[in-house]
Amino acid sequence: MASCWGLPELLCEFPSLSNGTLRGMRKSIDTGFRDLVRTYSDAIDAATAPLQIFLNTLEDIFTEAPWVVILLLLLAIVWAGSRKWQTMVGTTIAMGLIGVFGLWEDTMITLAMVTVATLVAILIGLPLGILMARSDRFQAFLTPVLDVMQTLPSFVYLIPVVVIFGIGKVPGLIAVVIYAVPPMIRLTNLGIRLVDREVIEAADAFGANPRQKLWGVQLPLSLPTIMTGVNQTIMMSLSMVVVASMVGVGGLGKNVLQAITNQYFTVGFLNGFALVAIAIIFDRTSQAFGKRLQKHQGVGHD
Amino acid sequence: MTETTDIARSGIQIRNLYKIFGPHPERYIDAVKKGMTKEELNDRHNHVLGLQNISLDLEPGQISVIMGLSGSGKSTLIRHINGLIAPTAGEILYEGQDVVSMSAEQLREFRRTKTAMVFQKFALLPHRTVLENTCYGLDIRGVPRTESEPIARKWIDRVGLSGFEDNYPAQLSGGMQQRVGLARALANDADILLMDEAFSALDPLIRMDMQKVLLDLQDELHKTIIFITHDLDEALRLGDSIAILRDGALEQVGSGQDIVLRPANDYIAEFVREVNRGRVIHADRLARPMAEGETPPELRVEGRKVLELVAREMTAAGAQSAQVVDRKGTPIGVIDTAAIMAAMVTPATVSSS
Repeated sequence: MASCWGLPELLCEFPSLSNGTLRGMRKSIDTGFRDLVRTYSDAIDAATAPLQIFLNTLEDIFTEAPWVVILLLLLAIVWAGSRKWQTMVGTTIAMGLIGVFGLWEDTMITLAMVTVATLVAILIGLPLGILMARSDRFQAFLTPVLDVMQTLPSFVYLIPVVVIFGIGKVPGLIAVVIYAVPPMIRLTNLGIRLVDREVIEAADAFGANPRQKLWGVQLPLSLPTIMTGVNQTIMMSLSMVVVASMVGVGGLGKNVLQAITNQYFTVGFLNGFALVAIAIIFDRTSQAFGKRLQKHQGVGHD
Repeated sequence: MTETTDIARSGIQIRNLYKIFGPHPERYIDAVKKGMTKEELNDRHNHVLGLQNISLDLEPGQISVIMGLSGSGKSTLIRHINGLIAPTAGEILYEGQDVVSMSAEQLREFRRTKTAMVFQKFALLPHRTVLENTCYGLDIRGVPRTESEPIARKWIDRVGLSGFEDNYPAQLSGGMQQRVGLARALANDADILLMDEAFSALDPLIRMDMQKVLLDLQDELHKTIIFITHDLDEALRLGDSIAILRDGALEQVGSGQDIVLRPANDYIAEFVREVNRGRVIHADRLARPMAEGETPPELRVEGRKVLELVAREMTAAGAQSAQVVDRKGTPIGVIDTAAIMAAMVTPATVSSS
């Protein structure tokens, strides 16, 4: 009980709604929401089915293929992105250690999850970012939405996700995408808006239509920034897979979660480091790729 | 490139052009037309008067220079010609068509086929090579690379950049980058060439170089060139006609000689005071008719040459006077060193007309 310093009650205790009203409100919102979801459950299932199939297929391929094939594929991707032998060596050592400690299969599950999440995030984020760059009004609308998405504790939006989609991989995937898509949208928007105004004017002066401007000037010139967005999206989805394991996503995240509940110090760290290793591999690869995209800005005299 | 006959070509006619910058230009246009001043519009209504009542004929096949200091509205004016900026009132006619009333699609077509632009800060596409930059206008038009590449290579060669086709703009110096800008504009094969302070960002020597490149090209191509500059020497060197803009209004329009010899007001007189008049005034302007029974001097000089060159020829020949002849060699009159000296050192005064 506050001491009130002689102030009247109203200015001392914050006048909150009564417990009964709050309880009634919570109940009606929760049941209303649940009923709504129940009514449309078939439609929701149908809508998420392609994601489910995509995710399962990729997971099957990753886990069932011989490890050599996966390692070579990964190295090929790393080479295509970074063109650096150091990154190749690092990748080989990291993946080797993951295999030695018996985490290969869990890593593959996580990898499949992150791959799908990143692709979905790009698919959603790129067009939204482009729209946001084109319309100040849309930017004004979307910015607070993105702010909420980025600051709302991820556990909070896991609740409606679970209510709507249930427990499983797809709800986990959706939670990861919600968490990982804002940087993609923001950096696409930023990249396009930062394109030199004079170059845009030149494109206009030569009669470029909006489509030619977007594909011929704005996107190519903002690609380095967009790649930073992709990089951020990968990093954020990797960190989110641990939280997403609470709603039934397997892989390294699940092991970490189990380690937390059971206080398995070693298991926790091994799985944690495996996540870090993947994160570093993808980070270095995508960053090096982003840098190579800027080769035209290379050294010269001015 | 085929040379079009001047008779069939249309220049650009700018008629009563006004531009007001601000959120509600339409509210004030009538007041401005009735004589509200720039200051009043700015102080009381927070709108900026960019251009006021500009009427100007830009002749086909000539270099028309629009000159003014920064803030005079010259860059705004040139952007009206290809519709990058829409006026608050007025019209811009080309081949009888009003650019102002064109639809977005018509305007794009007009920009693609009739105009090309060169920018002060080059505005090259940094992710494209020199060759790809030069192809840009043709790419936009949908010309296949098999056709556009030879055209681009020709113009790259013409502006003296052979061997740099596969370089990126960032690898080139400023002068070279602007050559790419020029090649890109020329590859478009458009009748109108808009040059917005195209050489202002270049070092003086390179600027002179580029001016020569432009004059040489124009000798061949006879395009309708609109050239914006803040540099009077550049204006006098390039312009077949010069329009001087101040605070969004035209102060004087005429040839370089007209402006130097008969400035319309004190502002322009002040402007042209420091000009090297020996490089602007032509000999035929000073030639006096021969007196009755006077024997013509031995030395013959061309009337279209500037005084500096004539004086040099006369000094070399040791002559005090010379006979001025026109292009065909017909005598026009006589010029002497005293007249040349007087013309070169007398500052211009406002014409009484």
